[in-house]
Amino acid sequence: MIPELGHLGMILALCLALVQGTLPLIGAWRGDRLWMGLAVPAAWGQFAFLSFAFVCLTQAFLVDDFSVAYVAGNSNSALPWYYKLSAVWGAHEGSLLLWALILSGWTFAVSVFSRQLPEEMLARVLGVMGLISVGFLLFLIVTSNPFARLLPQTPVDGRDLNPLLQDFGLIVHPPMLYMGYVGFSVAFAFAIAALLGGRLDAAWARWSRPWTLVAWAFLGIGIVLGSWWAYYELGWGGWWFWDPVENASFMPWLLGTALLHSLAVTEKRGVFKSWTVLLAIAAFSLSLLGTFLVRSGVLTSVHAFANDPERGVFILIFLLVVVGSSLTLFAIRAPVVRSQVGFALRSRETLLLVNNLLLVVATSTILLGTLYPLLLDALSGAKLSVGPPYFNALFLPLMGLLMLTLAVGVLVRWKDTPLRWLSGMLAPVLLASVALALLAAFVLGDFAWAVLATAFLAAWVVLAGARDLLDKTRHKGLLKGLHALSPSYWGMQLSHLGIAVCALGIVLSSQESAERDLRMAPGDAVELGGYRFVFEGTRHHEGPNFVADRASVRVFDGDDEVAVLHPEKRLYTVQRMPMTEAGIDAGFTRDFYVALGEPLENGAWAVRLHIKPFVRWIWLGGLMMAFGAALAACDRRYRVKVRARVREALGLAGQGA
Amino acid sequence: MNPVRKRRLFIVLAILAGVGAAVALALSALQQNINLFYTPSQIAAGEAPEGARIRAGGLVEKGSLQRDATSLAATFRVTDGVATVTVRYQGILPDLFREGQGIVALGRVDAGGMLQADEVLAKHDENYMPPEVSQALEKSGMLKHYENGKPGGAQ
Repeated sequence: MIPELGHLGMILALCLALVQGTLPLIGAWRGDRLWMGLAVPAAWGQFAFLSFAFVCLTQAFLVDDFSVAYVAGNSNSALPWYYKLSAVWGAHEGSLLLWALILSGWTFAVSVFSRQLPEEMLARVLGVMGLISVGFLLFLIVTSNPFARLLPQTPVDGRDLNPLLQDFGLIVHPPMLYMGYVGFSVAFAFAIAALLGGRLDAAWARWSRPWTLVAWAFLGIGIVLGSWWAYYELGWGGWWFWDPVENASFMPWLLGTALLHSLAVTEKRGVFKSWTVLLAIAAFSLSLLGTFLVRSGVLTSVHAFANDPERGVFILIFLLVVVGSSLTLFAIRAPVVRSQVGFALRSRETLLLVNNLLLVVATSTILLGTLYPLLLDALSGAKLSVGPPYFNALFLPLMGLLMLTLAVGVLVRWKDTPLRWLSGMLAPVLLASVALALLAAFVLGDFAWAVLATAFLAAWVVLAGARDLLDKTRHKGLLKGLHALSPSYWGMQLSHLGIAVCALGIVLSSQESAERDLRMAPGDAVELGGYRFVFEGTRHHEGPNFVADRASVRVFDGDDEVAVLHPEKRLYTVQRMPMTEAGIDAGFTRDFYVALGEPLENGAWAVRLHIKPFVRWIWLGGLMMAFGAALAACDRRYRVKVRARVREALGLAGQGA
Repeated sequence: MNPVRKRRLFIVLAILAGVGAAVALALSALQQNINLFYTPSQIAAGEAPEGARIRAGGLVEKGSLQRDATSLAATFRVTDGVATVTVRYQGILPDLFREGQGIVALGRVDAGGMLQADEVLAKHDENYMPPEVSQALEKSGMLKHYENGKPGGAQ
């Protein structure tokens, strides 16, 4: 009974989405306030019904209702309750329901927090989001109903959740990632609404900015979680593989980064307007493309649940409709928009333009490497793959350039900057960075160009940030001055610091890591990277839904024991699926990482030993970027001045910030 | 030509040059880093270029896996039902590597026609067959022998 109610909830939500996606848009076009007013209640109703549907599905999982096909396929009575909960979004149908729920959640949030938007703008934004929702709910109901029943042959027990997904990281990774993906729909909706209304101005950029920041932050956290999960769960010790599925989430993030910076220029200076709109459209399109790639089955991975061509075709058509119609609208409307102000070469505008170019080029190269094998397969049937060296060779130099320009961009002023002043600011930063880089190379011992260059770039970025802090506080004195700086400024500083931390983590963990795969019998010891690893054999161990061989590996530094690791080789009993559970000793400056391969004769095992210096910094840096964005989104000016801005947008007040 | 037009022309040319250079660089990097897939039949027929990094895949032949007694070196044969190729690999095999299972190996073919693999992939699903492998079996006409039974039907 309850699953049927959930199904009904989805259908009612679709009806409300249809209302929300059509009438308010028509109302905004004809100036009909009654029709525009339908947007908010429709959005609320849709959110309520989808929440209800989601609760129904969750309930089916928690009470082990195996008559529901989706529950039977992805849960088991022996599964701990928290994995039953996360199994709700553990496969295709449920994750789409989560997607739709999050979309309606974002819509709800827009209707609550943007009450002071002009009526037409709000109606258009909610209308566009309603249309997106119609697409996804149709997809959900027509091709992937999570409430479909297995009657009358109800299985006695479920087929269990894929063991790879039985993990804390996977409880939180998908919701975070979806918050980001779907969050870009808000930026997209604002851009489309602005195009429809023919008003692309600073006010639009300011409305759009906090939403974009929050979405970008969520996407960043989602990517970090995914990378962290791959690191400890796949047992290879890698944290990024340039896998198409990873790229699918990384591309919208990169374009989102470009969008954030472009929005800043549009807000502050009123230039780059069409470019910003284009980026907003592109970022959301890449989110949809990511969904298509991941969900359609053209790629095969843990993420590709749907090997049903019908579903792939549906998403592809939806993608084409969204991209096609929004680009058509852009082509019709964009020529009307022209910027009135210019800027000189040595200005922040130029530097942010360079930032945008680099990020767009980086995204394009990743897109090329991701789609090339698929296109070639579709056209000629040739099977090939593009290896990580391609991505590294193109992406890393671009990011180096990005960090190089970042420091200048932070210091340079809007509109125009005297060259002498700029070089006066940058010269000490340059000298100190070179000195620090040389010092770092000296301390680390083995010389490597990559380490030297990255140490320089990281110091360059951090010191330029510090230089800017000093400059900003030169009038009020350091302490008082620091206090007066806005959250959005601190957010920017934190995010930029995150890039430096992340870059250091990436280079140090890949350049300085020590790894060995070897055969170890109980009692065997091996030296690696100045530490001694002693393998003490395995013992039998039983978990709630798996049995395991659990090894003990002691790590010694000289005579001191620094860590005891317990890697496991598990066998999940329902699916008869073996899994490697790595033993990790996490540290701020280094991780010990031990994973079991396969058992060999006489109690010996194939063992993988890694020492990964500074690997945590990668995720720490990623989180710093995300929290920086969240901090910036908290800035008061996005809330307090709303009334003044509305008047400004309506042309009632001549002067605005 | 007036100065404004001249400047615009210059900007457009600069952008074109930049885009051209970027595309050329990207394509050349792509050319160097694509790994083409070859079936065991193709490798046996000598179609795979010697020394280039390729992908090869098929089913691991039953009883063909041999482990070195003192190291992690392993050799096994991969088949598409018609021809087989011997794969040599040093390291830890993936969790789902089993005889009879569909796998994909990345590496170089040496002068003796043996694949020196540096990476072996087996996907995280019992019933899953890599698309390359099912295509290779289809080509060799052996797919029907493997369908539905172990190892893995290729739906």
